[in-house]
Amino acid sequence: MRGSRCVKVPAWSKGHPEATGKANRMSDLKQTALHDLHVELGAKMVPFAGYSMPVQYPLGVMKEHLHTRAAAGLFDVSHMGQVMVRAKSGDNADAALAMETLVPVDVLGLGEMRQRYAMFTDDRGGILDDLMLANLGDHLFVVVNAGCKDADIALMKDALSDRCEIEVLDDRALLALQGPQAEAALARLQPSVADMKFMDVAQGVDIDGITVTLSRSGYTGEDGYEISVANADAEALARKLLALEEVEPIGLGARDSLRLEGGLCLYGHDIDTTTTPVEAALNWAIQKVRRTDGDRAGGFPGAGVILQQLTDGAPRKRVGLLPEGRAPMREGVAIFDAAEGGNEIGTVTSGGFGPTVGGPVAMGYVTAEHAKVDTPLWGEVRGKRLPLTVTKMPFVAANFKR
Amino acid sequence: MKFTEEHEWLRVEGDEVIVGITTHAAEQLGDVVFVELPDEGTVVSKDDEVVVIESVKAASDILAPIDGEITEVNSTLTDNPSMVNDDPQGEAWFFKLKFTDATQMDDFMDEAAYQKFIG
Repeated sequence: MRGSRCVKVPAWSKGHPEATGKANRMSDLKQTALHDLHVELGAKMVPFAGYSMPVQYPLGVMKEHLHTRAAAGLFDVSHMGQVMVRAKSGDNADAALAMETLVPVDVLGLGEMRQRYAMFTDDRGGILDDLMLANLGDHLFVVVNAGCKDADIALMKDALSDRCEIEVLDDRALLALQGPQAEAALARLQPSVADMKFMDVAQGVDIDGITVTLSRSGYTGEDGYEISVANADAEALARKLLALEEVEPIGLGARDSLRLEGGLCLYGHDIDTTTTPVEAALNWAIQKVRRTDGDRAGGFPGAGVILQQLTDGAPRKRVGLLPEGRAPMREGVAIFDAAEGGNEIGTVTSGGFGPTVGGPVAMGYVTAEHAKVDTPLWGEVRGKRLPLTVTKMPFVAANFKR
Repeated sequence: MKFTEEHEWLRVEGDEVIVGITTHAAEQLGDVVFVELPDEGTVVSKDDEVVVIESVKAASDILAPIDGEITEVNSTLTDNPSMVNDDPQGEAWFFKLKFTDATQMDDFMDEAAYQKFIG
């Protein structure tokens, strides 16, 4: 047996900016505050975005995935960047307006203690990174991808420093507790978290003696929380959460299959500087106020391209793809409009086995005329054209508490 | 039972050899979700790619360990790929190969040598 020509390493580590950092020897890798706990729990540690991260625990990717969908999973996402943006004027609206010069999103209209998804765009309308933005009353709290965080921080410092203080919170860890039983589990340690709605944020919350900032959000398609905690308290908090009977530790392997079934983009694979938010089917993230005829239309990098595509449509679109057979169609599989001959009309950007779906799932880009749901297409796997269908995402119904 | 450096096990029965992957290989692969088997009657040469295995993590090939003809495949694996994790060195054999040159078997490791090989 040997690794094949097609895929040797999992999608989350292949060619991804998070995986191709300079530090690839284990000894050069950074560690999160939970590193020793991962090792103690028997995690298999791999290099990811310059960090040594748990790809799986003894439960294994499949069971970790299914456990998260059935109960609750705890993820260490401390490699992600946490940044505080505070207006020098003292008025958080100024920070919001400054941030709006970098993202096509309504930041000013984001309510206090509310969070939303956003993306940094470039002058051609490409995506530099995707991120979460929260309004914490007197400042903005920003969470960015690990592989992009140095560039993101440089971008914010460069563009916003005249109006804002940019503070990188590298003394904080980030834990995600995800799954249908996340609320019940966490509420036993702090009942008030049950009252939070999807994308609510709370600050100074006491979780069994540990003070945290948390949001009701995540990246698995499940209900849950993302919990920012001081590095010094991170291990103690993780142990308290793992002691809850619903909770198992979950690695990056299952995180990838969970977000794929959830139809969520992985930066560096499904979105990057060559994809616009409209091509990526992220139109929902661009509120009316930033679109043509909105009160604060444009004013972000690449607005010309993005606003024009919002009106006229983009030449290609990210869609869900459901392979018919059992063969997984992974990143890089070419998509055709015919079983024989025809034209190459797209590419798979993420794909694999969906444990909850019980079969292969994928997403990728196809030309606009082939992007309609139920369009039959073919993916070429090991020289054979296998049928697949354009499908609505998510593949698994989202389970958010609205 | 003999073992290859590609983590296959081989068991000779008459003029046939039964081929599967080792417990160690199955553990490294993780949960197997897809198996593609060759057609019975296919004539193969040593190192031809004969089987595709996909796990939740990656795709891998099983290579023909020696020259010969595929006489039988374990088609239950197609519908039940997780058997590869449950019983890799027993029920989850992949194919039987009628060999043409028995001396090709001489190079392979015995169990002790394989255990040493995987360290």
